[in-house]
Amino acid sequence: MREPGKASARSPLSFSVNGETRRATAPPMSRLLDVLRDELGLTGTKEGCGEGECGSCAVLMDGLLVNSCLVPVLEAAGTKITTIEGITHDEQWREVQAAFLECGGAQCGICTPGMVLATVELLRKNALPTDEEIREGLAGNLCRCTGYLHIFKAVAKAARRNRAR
Amino acid sequence: MGDKHIVGAAVPRKEGRDKVTGAARYVDDMTLPGMLYGATVRSRVPRGRIKKISFGAGVNWDEFVIVTAKDIPGKNCIALILEDQPCLAAEFVNHQEEPILLLAHAERHKLWKAVAAVDIEVEELPAVLAIEDSEQRREIIWGTDNIFKTFLIEKGQVDGVWAKAAHIVEGEYFTGAQEQLYIENNGMIAAYDEQHGITVWGSLQCPYYLHKALMALCGLPEEKVRVVQMETGGAFGGKEEYPSMIAGHAALLARKSGRPVKIIYDRAEDMAATTKRHPSRTRHRTAVDAHGKILGGEIEFTIDGGAYATLSAVVLSRGTIHAGGAYHWPNVRIRGKAVATNIPPHGAFRGFGAPQSLFALERHMDRIAQVLGISPVEIRRRNFLRPGQTTTTEQLVGAETNLEHLLDRALKLSQYEEKKKLFALANKSGNVKRGMGLATFLHGAGFTGSGERYLDSVAGVEARTDGSVWVLVSSTEFGQGTNTVLCQIAAEALGLRFADVSIAQPDTRAVPNSGPTVASRTVMVVGKLVQSAALGLQQTLVAAGLLGEKSTPDEFRVACTEYIAKRGALRSYARYQAPSDVFWDDQKYRGEAYAAFAWAAYVAEVAVDLTTYETTVKDFVALQEVGKVLHPLLAEGQIVGGVAQAIGFALYEKVIWRNGRMVNNQMTNYIMPGATDLPPIRVYFEEFGNPHGAYGAKGIGELPMDGPAPAIISALEDATGVRGSSIPFLPEDLFAAMREKANPETVTTQAGESA
Amino acid sequence: MRADPVEYECVAPGSLQEVVTLLAAEPGAWVPLAGGTDVMVLYAAGKLAARKFVSIWNLPELRRIVVRPDEIMMGAACTYSSLRQHDLLGREFQMLAAAASWTGGIANQNRGTLGGNIANASPAADSLPALLAYEAELILASVRGDRRISYQSFHQGYKQTTMAPDELIRAVCLPRKFSGYSSYTRKVGARRSQAIAKVCVAALGKCANGVIEDLRVAFGSVAPVPLRLVKLEAALKGREIGRELHDLARKLVAAEIAPITDIRSNLEYRVAVAQNLMAEFLEQLASSESRA
Repeated sequence: MREPGKASARSPLSFSVNGETRRATAPPMSRLLDVLRDELGLTGTKEGCGEGECGSCAVLMDGLLVNSCLVPVLEAAGTKITTIEGITHDEQWREVQAAFLECGGAQCGICTPGMVLATVELLRKNALPTDEEIREGLAGNLCRCTGYLHIFKAVAKAARRNRAR
Repeated sequence: MGDKHIVGAAVPRKEGRDKVTGAARYVDDMTLPGMLYGATVRSRVPRGRIKKISFGAGVNWDEFVIVTAKDIPGKNCIALILEDQPCLAAEFVNHQEEPILLLAHAERHKLWKAVAAVDIEVEELPAVLAIEDSEQRREIIWGTDNIFKTFLIEKGQVDGVWAKAAHIVEGEYFTGAQEQLYIENNGMIAAYDEQHGITVWGSLQCPYYLHKALMALCGLPEEKVRVVQMETGGAFGGKEEYPSMIAGHAALLARKSGRPVKIIYDRAEDMAATTKRHPSRTRHRTAVDAHGKILGGEIEFTIDGGAYATLSAVVLSRGTIHAGGAYHWPNVRIRGKAVATNIPPHGAFRGFGAPQSLFALERHMDRIAQVLGISPVEIRRRNFLRPGQTTTTEQLVGAETNLEHLLDRALKLSQYEEKKKLFALANKSGNVKRGMGLATFLHGAGFTGSGERYLDSVAGVEARTDGSVWVLVSSTEFGQGTNTVLCQIAAEALGLRFADVSIAQPDTRAVPNSGPTVASRTVMVVGKLVQSAALGLQQTLVAAGLLGEKSTPDEFRVACTEYIAKRGALRSYARYQAPSDVFWDDQKYRGEAYAAFAWAAYVAEVAVDLTTYETTVKDFVALQEVGKVLHPLLAEGQIVGGVAQAIGFALYEKVIWRNGRMVNNQMTNYIMPGATDLPPIRVYFEEFGNPHGAYGAKGIGELPMDGPAPAIISALEDATGVRGSSIPFLPEDLFAAMREKANPETVTTQAGESA
Repeated sequence: MRADPVEYECVAPGSLQEVVTLLAAEPGAWVPLAGGTDVMVLYAAGKLAARKFVSIWNLPELRRIVVRPDEIMMGAACTYSSLRQHDLLGREFQMLAAAASWTGGIANQNRGTLGGNIANASPAADSLPALLAYEAELILASVRGDRRISYQSFHQGYKQTTMAPDELIRAVCLPRKFSGYSSYTRKVGARRSQAIAKVCVAALGKCANGVIEDLRVAFGSVAPVPLRLVKLEAALKGREIGRELHDLARKLVAAEIAPITDIRSNLEYRVAVAQNLMAEFLEQLASSESRA
């Protein structure tokens, strides 16, 4: 349920994070990224650039991939947020994490949470993406370690497994 | 050794589960009770004398901890090789972004306004901002002559070759600065108390480098400095020396405030203030005979070290030694030089001088081929090092070396000849031109010459009552697979399951100094020590009569339990022993420069769109001989990742300087390749073994950085006829080159540069 | 993060009426905030002058895409993702759909809005040339009601628009009159995705018997504003496509655009690429005649 906007800067905002209702007391222009990490202690979401370029801060907001460094927490009020911690407990989507592990899709790991979430959004929209579609789906997530090859393989593997279920 | 079923297998990444679940703990994920946040006030001019520091209005300064150079208890330096780099500038600043003052506050968000409100009045001095300016010595900014270091390699009698030459070919080649761009920015947490001294936790490659630097900075003895590595989100050399600086800053604030202090850079600060790859200029003058065989040559390799010495001498060393590449030079003179400029000091980045000098060499080989009217393939064939010949430092090339075979195989895998013919025809029409290019090269693993002896590394292996085994090293994981491979080696050596072996978090209180995690030495050198230590541990149990020479994991566990119950801790250490057949003369810079070379042949296929002047890599073959591949997935991952970075080095990544400062210090303006930019990079291995490395391994981490750039620029030349000799080679550069070819009088401004 | 969130106000009224009332109460003090993909970057860099933001992200009246016989009307807070998903937009306004797919990666398309990009007024924004070529009209809302303007006149100078301090963009309208036109759009950035345009073009043309019957040509990143080349259009209309026209077109492009050398690229490159893109458009136009 969306809350109608309030003019007060300090009333706590509430939203669902990984299935649980959470409240944030941070000011409304706080970045969702900072609220998740600092106030809610969910440090799986990372800051790589603070400008929406690297995708390390990506989360799902009402099912849509967003860069949480660019979301003022006020606009997250009343939404359903999924972070990497939520994926771990999701029976269907933790297949993606398993595929990343098996295919070498995580090296230093800092881009991995964002990559996994971008993969989840991609596979939700497109169950069997082509190589081109995988690249496009992950174009907003930068990885400096892998050169992307093993990540693409992980996505393709997760897609096949997901499809087979 | 028995059958290798762990070494050589794609076992799961040790810390992989934590990484894919978001549970892995990087420094910014950690908070300590009472922790403050720190920030750095930096110079905004490239050179000058600090006259006054004032604290502006609008900030409640009482709430802030303030640290200046006066607060440094020990030496105001970041101790590395020399001690010329201050931790905080006191009287003079020598580069933009140089740290001058530190602030800390309980609330992170209060810091930036305060940083902006500190006014530093500087009397500017003329700055030196390029290699040529430094060489002209109108201003002396370092030492007596602006030169950090020189090297001279001489082999044979080069002065006599010119008269005999059928052709003398000259060339000048440039490489620009490159930002490591690890996705996790630099960060540190420091805590201090009288009893324990300083403890730092952070994103870093070399715990003992920090340990040494903090001892000097804080005037503390060994046991009062503790360094702990957190999960590190990429490094590539960019966290080799710089962490000592940020750790020093956090430590000083912690000491002054009595509270833990966390400093995390944001992207803009990290890019502008921390180290980058050394820009280079290489000059070649080569004498060849009528068949294109190199008679001899002179090579002048110069790198821009920035304002302080840091590691420039070592980068220079590697670049100078690699300057002759994979070819036979019967006579050569190589002069290496690292000069000072008023730019943030440059530092380690994967390849460490070799990508720079090898770019120049490979381009120059193509040039020689042109002068002779033969192909780039043929010129290399005629000059490859062969078993029995020696390198430029007179290191004997081993019997197993077969560059011709590598070349032939790479050409076949890439369909080089067929595609070249095809493209030559197809390029006659249409706006997209295609081309093929190649590079053949080598990379020495481990520290140069006597370096490993000097490092004197130690590795340990510990067994616990439950039969679990722990690898004890200061070698760090930052994505390349340290944890996994070292555990594989220990498990293999002890006949255990991979799951039975773990690796201790690098903590200087708990692990020995196995040397820095650099120079592609971890698997080869440290792995060998881990293997020895593991075997030593096994022998301890055998000697105690508790274990047979061959045992099962269960038997091992029982033996450990018994041993520990009776005799206490069960640990074994191994110390580096220099191979007896490796000799190096540090004065003459001659001998066995590296315990092992890895060899490679890379082929690039590019498409150049003449509507937009953009070059895209369409296919890439990376073939290398790397001893034994201990983990196929990790090894492939290293090569693909390195090639990707090198594609960036060649075509995308330009640092734009204005008055000695990087001004495109954002991810939106400093362009690294993304998911839609790279081709599938095809990786192939040859395995010839290495007697000095663990299970026959050689180093591979840096090798893939050396070859792609020249191969790509060579392909670009094949496609367009434009002979690139400078990287990064952007579409703007191709446009300017093509226009100059058409009208030699025109002049173009470079992107972002002002006069 | 170089800003202190406590210094900023951000509110999310439940209706457009409340929003415009707020804007009128303190003209210029409140800045409408949609997806934040422009504003939040400046904010985190400590470069945002404004301190008060009124979020229009969740207003359903700004999210609708309405299809009428003669025009399509897109709410200002339509995200690029929602534009990409709209079938009719994809069929009749391919250049805008293409631009939507170029605007950042998926995450930025899920948050970036058409109105937000227009209001941000960067000459490098990917969708603005397409809007110019399609002869877009904007509906601006305020307490005084709605007013409708031609998008052509919206940008007055670098990041300067004709919006009053208490106005916001409510909708973007595109006339459905370009079936039968050949469209050509291309973006040149520093990499394939997630790149700010060095040069961007959106062009429409109609050709019969080798003669240009009509054309619209708009460029991004070649002037302080997204630019429609009206002089070039007038000069080329009615002329035969051939070698002479190509040469003339090159000269006209160079004469009408005013690119600069900046952090992303240089002047000479931009001119040359703009000329090349124009040539590519003309070639495509000539060969598309049979499909018109």
